[in-house]
Amino acid sequence: MSKKITVDVHHLARVEGHGDIRIRIESGKLIDAAWEVVETPRFFEAMLVGKHYSTAPVLTARICGICSIGHALASLRGIENALGVAIPDTAAKLRLLAKHGETLQSHFLHLFFLAAPDFLGLPSVLPLLSTRPAVVALAAKAKGIANHLCDAVAGRTTHPVSFKVGGMSVAPDKAILAGLKNELAEIPELLKITVEIFQGFEIPDFARETEFVSLKGQKEYPWIGGRVVSSDGVDLPESSYREITNEFVTENNTSKWSKLSRDSYAVGALARFNNNFKHLAPAAKSIADFFRLSPVSHNPFMHNIARLVEVVHCLAEARRLVDELLDTDLSRNLAAEVTPRAGSGTGAVEVPRGILFHHYELDDTGRIAKADCVIPTTQNNANIHYDLVELARQCAARGLGDKKIELMCSMLVRAYDPCISCSVH
Amino acid sequence: MKYLNIAAAKPKVGVFSLTCCEGCALQLANKEETLAAFLSAVDVVNFREISSDKSDDYAIALIEGSISREDEVASLKAIRDRAKVLVAYGTCACFGGVNRLKNVLDFDWMNREVYGETPKATSPVRPVREVVPVDFEIPGCPVSKAEVERIVTHLVLGLPFAYPVYPVCVECKQRFTVCRFDLGELCLGPITRAGCNAPCPAGGLGCWGCRGPAEAPNYEEFLELARSRGIGDAELRERLSFFGGFDSAYELAQDEPLAVRPVA
Repeated sequence: MSKKITVDVHHLARVEGHGDIRIRIESGKLIDAAWEVVETPRFFEAMLVGKHYSTAPVLTARICGICSIGHALASLRGIENALGVAIPDTAAKLRLLAKHGETLQSHFLHLFFLAAPDFLGLPSVLPLLSTRPAVVALAAKAKGIANHLCDAVAGRTTHPVSFKVGGMSVAPDKAILAGLKNELAEIPELLKITVEIFQGFEIPDFARETEFVSLKGQKEYPWIGGRVVSSDGVDLPESSYREITNEFVTENNTSKWSKLSRDSYAVGALARFNNNFKHLAPAAKSIADFFRLSPVSHNPFMHNIARLVEVVHCLAEARRLVDELLDTDLSRNLAAEVTPRAGSGTGAVEVPRGILFHHYELDDTGRIAKADCVIPTTQNNANIHYDLVELARQCAARGLGDKKIELMCSMLVRAYDPCISCSVH
Repeated sequence: MKYLNIAAAKPKVGVFSLTCCEGCALQLANKEETLAAFLSAVDVVNFREISSDKSDDYAIALIEGSISREDEVASLKAIRDRAKVLVAYGTCACFGGVNRLKNVLDFDWMNREVYGETPKATSPVRPVREVVPVDFEIPGCPVSKAEVERIVTHLVLGLPFAYPVYPVCVECKQRFTVCRFDLGELCLGPITRAGCNAPCPAGGLGCWGCRGPAEAPNYEEFLELARSRGIGDAELRERLSFFGGFDSAYELAQDEPLAVRPVA
């Protein structure tokens, strides 16, 4: 019997941006499978040339509507490294707190609004407004608290306004920080219910051996700057990012692809988890244990559980930072002096979807001569493609029908939480 | 459904993304305190970023992003044909947004700079109104969800909505923000339309003009003010061209030679 199956997903839903899935199967054999990014290219790196360095964090925030804080932070770090500026401790703590706010809101958005509907057999969370309003209220409350954290520290959730080269422009009011402390104390209760909900979800049993790339934690789970490590043994400083990312252009994608020791590699929550498990907070480790996630996991669907683990970890860190900042004089030491000079610098930041690199070359008047941004989804796109090929091959061998294959493959791509507009910056 | 004895419609809404960061669409899922009420006031039937349902039957189309490739023209025209009301949603849709910064570049150089020897299709960036007729514009980078709620409330109750005619400065005074000019910095607050509650001057960034011009802005006076505080035309032009809403002011700020520009 020569049964033909075609899956053709045009502009996959519940991901950021425009990407397509194409699969052809004949008589139980995979003929062709592809993940293709068709998003319109945006040319940010070319736009940055000639701009003053102070424009870069404002402009590059617009690369992404979900991780704009992460882009601003990578941009700031790249420029500060080029200018030889070390930011004050208080500013570093405030930036990290804003970063945790962003990771929390992005992970909540993905877990509840983008991933959960697949496990519940729904097209979106919208039907839950009438059938399970308590779940929507829970998701909205958790995500809302994370957004309040971003608003308080970065001045705004999307496209932050309180950062500047050298540190921070302003610090949040102590009264607002005290309010946040109370709000954050409500999240553990919300997380208990979240864990119960996710406990009922069946995570597909699939694995493909993968190289995982992330920042390397020295004493803590890593978020901003430092060395970069891979599960295949690569260990380099952030300034050597080009040796890690090895971007190349393919015919059918407006996003570039990356590779390191193999044909592709993965970044994101699972990569951070796999490479830095020992630095997780005890509460986060026990969630991992509860969901039977241990390093090194090669199941891409486990990205969802790794996100949940990171939520627990980020929450613990955010609460600690709020306490420390409440005991800090926030009226001074917010920014270092900055003097323009020629130089180049790289900033690596772990944003929700994985490691993000910004690199700048500045002239002696403070203008940008060259800019390069390597985005997590850009680094993941090749790995998503090869995962998709393997998953489609296994689905074909098992004789699954077209609807089931489409769902499984869509869930696979979503597990990476791709940010496609970002990847074609 | 009635509210204050006024009949309220529950319009079918589609949300569509052209070239942009999708941050404006994301705002629809933010402001969580009122999210359930907001989502119950409208019937979202097509919104790729959060739902795999795809209906072509919608009364209102929200378009975020600008047009930067020819295939976007055809999709936009198809949406225009189906929607009764087409809304340009966010700064990219209203003015082209930061995407438009590429329009002054040499396209061959730009494509080589990013894609090397494998150039990708791209066209000069246009706002939505240059491609199809637009019924309503909601500027902002990103849009203010509080303002979107005000607009949607007016829309479903069939009431007219008007933007503030005054500039961002008024909102800074209302929230006791120290004037960025008094700190020696540039701010487009005096010429930019209010309605956002001025988060950027309060956060230390100053206004970059994402909402476009206030009613009858006095550009000459504004440029005089900026120059009198020692701000040069090169910096003024970098700011005025950032979001694409201040072309005529940009033309007036030509007293100094252009900054380094990567034109082949």
